[in-house]
Amino acid sequence: MMRRRTTLLTTCTALALALGATACGGGPVSAGGGDQALSGQTVTVAGVWSGTEQRNFQKVLDAFTEKTGAKTQFVSTGDNVSTVVGSKIEGGNAPDVVMVPQVGVLKQFAEQGWLKPLSEKTEQSVDAGFAPVWKKYGSVDGELYGLYFKAAHKSTVWYSPDALAQAGVKPPKTYDEMLKAGRTVSDSGLAAFSVAGQDGWTLTDWFENVYLSQAGPEKYDALAAHELKWTDASVVEALTTLGKLFKDKQLIAGGQKGALNTDFPGSVEKVFGPEPEAGMVYEGDFVAGVAKDQFGRAIGEDADFFPFPAVGGGKAPVVSGGDAAVVLKEGKNQKAAMALVEYLATPEAAAVWAEAGGFLSPNKNLDLASYGDDVTRATAKSLVAAGDSVRFDMSDQAPAAFGGTKGTGEWKILQDFLRDPSDPKATAAQLEAAAAKAYRG
Amino acid sequence: MTATLVKEASRPAAASTDDVRRRPRRRGRIIALLFVLPALLLLGALVVYPVLFSVGRSFFDASGTRFVGGENYAEMFRDPATLKAVRNTAIWVVVAPTLLTGLGLILAVLVEKVRWATAFKLLLFMPMAVSFLAAGIIFRLAYDEDPDKGVLNAAVVSVHDAFTGTSSYPTARARDGQGLTKQPDGAYRTTAALSPGDTVTLGLVGVQPKDLPGGAEPAHAAAGRTPGPDELRGVVYLDFTPGGGGEQGRVDRRESGLPEMRVEAVRDGEAVASTTTASDGSFRFDGLSEGSYTVRLPASNFAPPYEGVSWLGPALVTPAIIGAYLWIWTGFAMVLIGAGLSTLPRDALEAARMDGANEWQIFRRITVPLLAPVLTVVFVTLVINVMKVFDLVYIIAPGPVQEDATVLATQMWLVSFGGGNNQGLGSALGVLLLLLVVPAMVFNVRRFRRSQR
Repeated sequence: MMRRRTTLLTTCTALALALGATACGGGPVSAGGGDQALSGQTVTVAGVWSGTEQRNFQKVLDAFTEKTGAKTQFVSTGDNVSTVVGSKIEGGNAPDVVMVPQVGVLKQFAEQGWLKPLSEKTEQSVDAGFAPVWKKYGSVDGELYGLYFKAAHKSTVWYSPDALAQAGVKPPKTYDEMLKAGRTVSDSGLAAFSVAGQDGWTLTDWFENVYLSQAGPEKYDALAAHELKWTDASVVEALTTLGKLFKDKQLIAGGQKGALNTDFPGSVEKVFGPEPEAGMVYEGDFVAGVAKDQFGRAIGEDADFFPFPAVGGGKAPVVSGGDAAVVLKEGKNQKAAMALVEYLATPEAAAVWAEAGGFLSPNKNLDLASYGDDVTRATAKSLVAAGDSVRFDMSDQAPAAFGGTKGTGEWKILQDFLRDPSDPKATAAQLEAAAAKAYRG
Repeated sequence: MTATLVKEASRPAAASTDDVRRRPRRRGRIIALLFVLPALLLLGALVVYPVLFSVGRSFFDASGTRFVGGENYAEMFRDPATLKAVRNTAIWVVVAPTLLTGLGLILAVLVEKVRWATAFKLLLFMPMAVSFLAAGIIFRLAYDEDPDKGVLNAAVVSVHDAFTGTSSYPTARARDGQGLTKQPDGAYRTTAALSPGDTVTLGLVGVQPKDLPGGAEPAHAAAGRTPGPDELRGVVYLDFTPGGGGEQGRVDRRESGLPEMRVEAVRDGEAVASTTTASDGSFRFDGLSEGSYTVRLPASNFAPPYEGVSWLGPALVTPAIIGAYLWIWTGFAMVLIGAGLSTLPRDALEAARMDGANEWQIFRRITVPLLAPVLTVVFVTLVINVMKVFDLVYIIAPGPVQEDATVLATQMWLVSFGGGNNQGLGSALGVLLLLLVVPAMVFNVRRFRRSQR
């Protein structure tokens, strides 16, 4: 989800593709040092990253080259990994390693028979360094295919410390406290939350956090697999809870209409931009990047976060996402590819990117001191500490028609719910109808 | 497109038969076939095969393996999104070409009469050089609802504000159950009855300290003053201590008064006196007769700022996108009609003028009838063009209203590739679109044949 930044950016996708195409003309990189056991081989890695992310990943690849002597080449695929990789396999030009951004895509690749199970050594590293849930999300039918190298933390509520100090409230610990703090913030004259209703995916993230905390991980998993119907009482309850916030005009910047007119970057701007209209914005750890790069906020001083609070009697949720490294059967350098994945499983590799910034690792053996700033360290700590209760973004696990398409399915229905949150039961019924259609197809 | 292909395909055939009439017939046919073959092959591979394939595909399910018969077509008309697409496409087909042809005609006639005709035509034609994608992004920005971003709303809002002015406290509101009741019209009224000699404190919240009018002073001192016997006193203050800590419903030391607030004394539903608050938020009504009053803060204090027109809201989104389409295509219609206009027989116009017809009569009785063939070409071309409009709709409509703006072409794409991944249903939509375009095509081809004779 973190890559679906904004709607207008059809253009940006095009741009990114163009830039990606030129950027990957960089060619193989070679270096000395290490034991050089794989020198002469070239590993091709495909992933969605471009720009800064690509540069930082290249540093990790360079470190691998230094260690083993194998050359590396990164190919940026743009947003649609499965299409690009699929056509490359058909064209006989398959990359060796692919960084897969969604659980659903990993599963799809495995079912097509494109993936090679990861080596014994990687599996050992995963058992030693990762919470079992990461192994589960990387496995299909009990076979480990994907190694989660980079993770996202989507249970962070970002706030402007100034606004909260002005209102005299402290970061809340429960959902009800959060609403209460929100009302105080709105008494002070600033709206409490800025909600990016124009981008449906932010609304699905809101729902997932509330649901995971309120209904618990078992029901969350069942709902994600559509073994549980969306008409279930737990869904209605979560929608009602979310509706408490959505229907309160004082709590949302611009009211519901304003929220439906705000895209994700816009929602960050409303809190961290030059003219703040709200005190808090909920989204994943990548909010920090936008606040820093676009609005020049110092993370930790002008912008801070608190974990998404616990709802009802449940535990505080940790919703996550991530990119998994998989090895393709069609790749030409299987041995070097396996070595690269083994390397990515080590804390050493994670530390390279962690130092560069904009990165979280689910690897608990990674020294937290490797992260560049305190806020990132705190998000990483919270992610690792959540251990096995981390859950993957539900809408990313669903078929795209339901959980990932602008203007239809869950996105559209939750937008309608934001417009009129008065009937959670009807919304749940609509969600079930859309889900039934998408999971069947 | 197809029309021109047909033309190329039929012309060499006709020419070659003419040429070889005296030679043996069979040989003529072979040569004719040879000439037609490349065109036929191209047409077959690029038009006929895809059409047939789509028709076939539309009888299969999403995976393309199971035959479902007419199920996709039934599903298509069960889906409210498709019905909306059909309705929107109908609006597009009726409105856009009509407006464009009309606009083009008017502009073409007017442009003929101005001095800088070429420069003017060039200017109007220029949007044609802008790609639909870029035009879409431009209009998405122009239509933005936030007056700070969207130029159209900026204009609307500034015109509106120039006439009606803005209120001083659009965000202010009272907490529930603290002495003020909200009226249906947005005003606030004291819950308790008051009489002369009383003091009242009216606490409001929701105003940022930086939004207070300059010179606002703390209200604490004013709240403590004692009123005279026939005087009703009070303060309107901001019941929020910055940084927290104040007590709700009480005028704490650091809490500011709200100046320039209109206050009315109301008796039996009639406002008997009105005033505005001083810089510390205090107000007083003098010389009130005995009786029971309430104090009212009229709605004009709290009127929310005018937000302009919701161009991209569910109601206006299709007209807004049609507006963007007009911007692109007006130049095209004008130039085409202008070309027709320049070939009109001047003598007819001259004769009419000699007979004393005025310009309007000439336009209605002579220019338009003589231009009818050109107008039809423009109209029909635009109808075909409008049927396949996709990019503008896809780019301009924001996510929440995408379904309200959808047309058949976007729906077809969304269903087959944009997440639905049901190419069976998508093909069925494609076939529907084809059936709708066919009449326009037939008309165009027929008219073309007639003009060739």
